[in-house]
Amino acid sequence: MRNPPRRRANWVIVVSYLVALLLTIWPLPNWAEPFRPAWVVLATIYWCLFLPHRVGLLVTFGVGILVDTLTGSLLGEHALALLLVAWITLKLHLQIRVFPWWQQTLAVLVLMLIYTFVLFWVDGMLGYTQGAMLRWMPVFITTLLWPWVMQSLLLLQQRYQVS
Amino acid sequence: MSLLRHPRRSVHLFSGNPAGALRMLLLMVTCIALMFYDHQRGHLGRVHAALSTLVYPVQAAVNAPYALADWAQEKLATHAELVNKNTALRRQLRVDSVQLQRFAALEQENARLRKLLRAGTKVAGHVVLARLLAVDMDSFRHTVIINRGMYDKVHDGQILLDAHGIVGQVIRVGPVSSEAALITDPSQAIQVQINRTGLRTLAIGTADVDVLSLPYLPNSADVKQGDLLVSSGLDGRYPPDYPVAVVTAVHRDPAQPFATVVARPVADLDHGHDVLLYFPGKTSSPPAEPEPRTVKRTPGKKSR
Repeated sequence: MRNPPRRRANWVIVVSYLVALLLTIWPLPNWAEPFRPAWVVLATIYWCLFLPHRVGLLVTFGVGILVDTLTGSLLGEHALALLLVAWITLKLHLQIRVFPWWQQTLAVLVLMLIYTFVLFWVDGMLGYTQGAMLRWMPVFITTLLWPWVMQSLLLLQQRYQVS
Repeated sequence: MSLLRHPRRSVHLFSGNPAGALRMLLLMVTCIALMFYDHQRGHLGRVHAALSTLVYPVQAAVNAPYALADWAQEKLATHAELVNKNTALRRQLRVDSVQLQRFAALEQENARLRKLLRAGTKVAGHVVLARLLAVDMDSFRHTVIINRGMYDKVHDGQILLDAHGIVGQVIRVGPVSSEAALITDPSQAIQVQINRTGLRTLAIGTADVDVLSLPYLPNSADVKQGDLLVSSGLDGRYPPDYPVAVVTAVHRDPAQPFATVVARPVADLDHGHDVLLYFPGKTSSPPAEPEPRTVKRTPGKKSR
């Protein structure tokens, strides 16, 4: 309200999260299922990195609870993992933002490892211990997707002047 | 005053941390508390119902192209295809109805014999058709979403069947949709008996959609490849005498007390579209079987 010329374009953020949620439950053939990238993590890292004053812990918590409901996991499981990712990203966003792309990708790798570890841990406590090795596949696939996702979201953000 | 408010908000560089430690702590505690209460099934039923309504549009959106493809396939089928299909269905119906005639006579005979034995009569339930939504959930859990909920009188622990056998049970009910666990979910177990011998045991999910494990059969048990496993009804949840799985491999190791037995579910678990929700009939006389023992991690509230 104070700055009428500035466009907020909240919908870009909402749409990006919606697309991430859709892709999270999009049906894949059985063999491809363990390779599904963690789209919501990518969206969370991106927005926490580039718009930390808009997308923070509360938004992340809400999205995490939605992911929990969509995937049928324990309520709070994905939320907790996403919160950790968001918190670390928010804490270090000024450093990570100016990293060259390959260092940024390494940072995403570390964040994905933390995310997967939390999920693995909670699932392990519940007795879902099958496919322990397959669980780590999304870590690499999500990490490899980061440069592309970042570039496309950056284009969207500049195109619609989300700030 | 307005000069102090920087439009780009770079004031955040050194103040007003968006990642406040206190907020993070509170949210993490909330998550852990949620997980704790959710683990004890039934405590968060209302929260789940509300959330499932919230995410239903997302699930419906993902399901839409598949529903559209089904619809188009139906609409665009040629005349010859339809005639062929119709003929095949007719033939199947004739075969089935002949078998049903025998079944009716057998059922009556069974009821008469049970009366002679003074055993309680078995009551048949009825079924309602439901559709699975084409959405993928966690790949390490075997859960599905069906398009029926509270408004269709679906209840917690309700059984899903398909044309071939038992599919699973409802674990969370929402207003318009419900979540069901397949029998192959690692948290699920079902009381079965070997149809040939009547030997009872437990079949446990393995997270592989083609495999049920029967870990509690001793080496000396009379079980062999090809044996049909039917539900025994002793778990007090699954209705008795429905097919569950066929034994695919038996491995006996003399050094181990139990044989390694695996079975393949007979229901179409990985590419079924339609399932049947089983509504049990009202029992007039108490069943003659002993009190059911709950063997699954399921909500204790509704167990009969």
